Amino acid sequence: MIFDGIQCYHDRLRSGLQTVRAEVLACLERIHRYESYGAFLEVYAEEALAKADALDAQGFGGDLAPLTGVVVGVKDNICYKNHRLTAGSHILEGFVSLYSATVVERLEEAGAVIIGRLNCDEFAMGSSNENSAFGPVRNPLDPDRVPGGSSGGSAAAVAFGGCHLSLGTDTGGSVRQPASYCGLVGIKPTYGRVSRHGIVAFGSSFDQVGVFGEHLEDAVTLLSCISGADDHDATCTASPGEPLNTSSSNGPYRLGYSPEWLENPALSPVWRQRMQEAMKTWEEAGHTLVPCSVQGLECAIPVYYILATAEASSNLSRYAGMHYGYRSPEAHSLETTLKKSRSQGFGPEVQRRILLGTFVLSEGYYDAYYAKAQKVRRQLKDRFDQVFESCDAFVLPTTAGSAFRLGEKSSDPLAMYLEDQFTVLANLTGLPALSIPFGPDTNGMPLGLQFMGPSFGEAALFEITGRLQALVPNIQPL
Amino acid sequence: MMNDVITKYELVVGLEVHAQLRTQSKAFCSDSTDFGALPNTLLSPISMGHPGTLPRFNGQVLEYGILLGLAMNCKIREYNEFARKNYFYADLPKGYQITQHLTPLAYGGYLDLECEEGKNRRVGITRIHMEEDAGKSIHDQDPLDTLVDLNRCGVPLLEIVSEPDLRTAREAYLYLQEIRRLVRYLEICDGNMEEGSLRCDANISVRPVGSTEFGAKVEVKNMNSMRHVQKAIEYEYQRQCEAVERGERIVSETRSFDPQAQNTFALRSKEAANDYRYFPEPDLPPILVTPSVIEGIQSKMPPLPAALMAQFTQELGLSAYDAGVLCDQKELALWFLTLISGTNHTKQAANWTMGPVKTWLNARALPISDLPISAVSLAQLINAVQEGKLSHHQAVQQVWPAWLEQPNRNLQELLKDLGLEGGTVEDDLPALVQEVLASMPAKVQEYRDGKKGLLALFMGEIMKRTGGRAQPARASALLQEALN
Repeated sequence: MIFDGIQCYHDRLRSGLQTVRAEVLACLERIHRYESYGAFLEVYAEEALAKADALDAQGFGGDLAPLTGVVVGVKDNICYKNHRLTAGSHILEGFVSLYSATVVERLEEAGAVIIGRLNCDEFAMGSSNENSAFGPVRNPLDPDRVPGGSSGGSAAAVAFGGCHLSLGTDTGGSVRQPASYCGLVGIKPTYGRVSRHGIVAFGSSFDQVGVFGEHLEDAVTLLSCISGADDHDATCTASPGEPLNTSSSNGPYRLGYSPEWLENPALSPVWRQRMQEAMKTWEEAGHTLVPCSVQGLECAIPVYYILATAEASSNLSRYAGMHYGYRSPEAHSLETTLKKSRSQGFGPEVQRRILLGTFVLSEGYYDAYYAKAQKVRRQLKDRFDQVFESCDAFVLPTTAGSAFRLGEKSSDPLAMYLEDQFTVLANLTGLPALSIPFGPDTNGMPLGLQFMGPSFGEAALFEITGRLQALVPNIQPL
Repeated sequence: MMNDVITKYELVVGLEVHAQLRTQSKAFCSDSTDFGALPNTLLSPISMGHPGTLPRFNGQVLEYGILLGLAMNCKIREYNEFARKNYFYADLPKGYQITQHLTPLAYGGYLDLECEEGKNRRVGITRIHMEEDAGKSIHDQDPLDTLVDLNRCGVPLLEIVSEPDLRTAREAYLYLQEIRRLVRYLEICDGNMEEGSLRCDANISVRPVGSTEFGAKVEVKNMNSMRHVQKAIEYEYQRQCEAVERGERIVSETRSFDPQAQNTFALRSKEAANDYRYFPEPDLPPILVTPSVIEGIQSKMPPLPAALMAQFTQELGLSAYDAGVLCDQKELALWFLTLISGTNHTKQAANWTMGPVKTWLNARALPISDLPISAVSLAQLINAVQEGKLSHHQAVQQVWPAWLEQPNRNLQELLKDLGLEGGTVEDDLPALVQEVLASMPAKVQEYRDGKKGLLALFMGEIMKRTGGRAQPARASALLQEALN
């Protein structure tokens, strides 16, 4: 554990034992030490120190804003006014954002120190952070392994202490999977909890900003700060300032799980065994377990990759070498500007997904793919709504196993897509989900335990997660 | 020979009309919609399609769409989705247009056209949907490059699609004219085709008379006036008839109208056309239009030309021609309604409006709102004439010009100044008639012998002696009474 939590940090600031500047300098030192891990694409050292000095000069009497002096890193697909934005792609070469995302504005209002922009898979497409145009990110727990993706930089930066907390985005598991691989808490809130204004769109009906932290409590605080309705995003419907850290109920709680999924042969045996132990402890503490049958897991990946790539093929049309970003030197007509700039500016995985998405939307194929996938998506949502009539939270693996080695899956896109099989469910259904560390796998790397909750039911979901974490001693960070 | 060929085939036309809405801000962001601003100045990151930007729907667009839908007798859809229409072009920064695809806001309506006096033609309205405009590509300002102005990006449009119910170029012209009149009545679009705030594409085909199947249709674009639309349809009708007659197959294609040559030329075949890959717009939640919303908008509906036409012809007994002139513009029609609320002499009111009033406005190219004399004041003048206080001739020739010079005077003062005050000769008229007839016994005899035309002579004498102040109808009646 590197950071002892916002509460302790604020106590130290109040008592005068520490300054924000010292904390920022410590982060900068670790960023320097872990430079070769590729987590940061740009470090805002001077700005961060200036902000730290301003906070220190203000003093820490009275009530502190919830993120006062907290050092936060931001995934590089989130707009920050007058700062560069790449989304891990060459196609945004030279682009500087004209405005800040709502989440960035809210970070600043809450007193956070923004320390830099973090590497990610190109346009958030990937599960290993090997698809960034600016090189891969390495897992701080083992540099030969991936940190997960697409928010690999955001996970790695928190794991090595380059920042206290970080923002990522989660379209199919891009926060929870890297959180699991790096031994962190990662939360994807309910779709509509956090504004997408200023988030580079991948799959608009799936994308949500998520948060990383070493501690559940801190991650929830960060999420609370960035949540709530926003005039710029018509799909963001949550009431602002809704407390996410207090549950109205004291339990006992009903925890749902799928017996079939526990038998999934791909699942890490360690995970299965630990899960069985945890379930026993949970019941012994007076809570209940509810076996739920959720069929159609095998549909989740195809449905997700049809719908998310369809939206992506349209969302990424704007990167055309026309009005901003990379333009091919071979561009000398409308057609060559479009074709050459896009062929040269996008990496292979992004091109693969644009092609896939274009195909499934094409005339003659729409009904067979897109329309059918939408139908299955609705059915899946209905099924989960039913599940949450009989339980308060639903527990499942974050991933089948722990972090794999760099290059291990890069030649097999399908194997890579299966990384998301347990995480895409929350994106397909729009439901809130989080991953917490679940002890080491046989290789010493962390596993993740995932919880899903009912729509906008974050408060109870976090309460249950916290209870289980307290009851089961081996559910702890490494 | 051509006419023979044409009579063998029936023309089938459907029109797609785009009306640019007069909202303050764009359809999906707060940028201004001013026409004529410097290029690329009305732009936020949203209009420029910058990364991370999201659309936010302008409710005014929905209100205007519902207004037009109701005015065109359409059903209004409760569940409305937006869709993305994907294509690449330099003036479309997002790479897609936000439009409505499977759930148009309004559908299943109709518009009645009066093609000949008293003969209506009903044209089906397939759908009306909301969408955003693209930017403007300007090809003729720079010798080498195409210039792009993104100001128009995101300006709201309503697309109005008709059934293929039009059968002549003239009907298409009248249909467009009616749409223009409607959108102007509703004040949702300025209806100017030359400036592009009303645009029209025509789907044109021909088929043998009596056939129930449609021929392959040709879409004609780039017609910047209603005359162009009529010309293009006439040209296509002939071209397609001749081609079919020669045994050629009509190719389904997009053609462009050339206003210089007054003909059309092929742009691209439909087979090579874009696949727009429509799908529901994930950034905008569906819009629910409840019956109470529709009622609220219906209650704001201004009087519409069709209803006013019916009122003017059926209730007020005006001719279809007069009613048509009065209803051409809402402001004039409403002004006329105010005018007749002040006088019962409807026909005279119509004559005044289409005569002295329009003459004065036309000479100055002014709208009715700039007429210095109010409808209420003119009603007083009309009433004064009808009450015999002065003659129509005096009212038009003396009072009207003087009043326009001094619009703030009241009628009584003005009549006094002009020496017309108390000018009623009604009471003395019977005596005067006797006097006049007595002075011309020979003529009276001639009249009684059958030379009825002499009535004008007696009238003239009465007018002379009264300085034109006698009311002609009354004088004539008195004369005839005395003579017969």
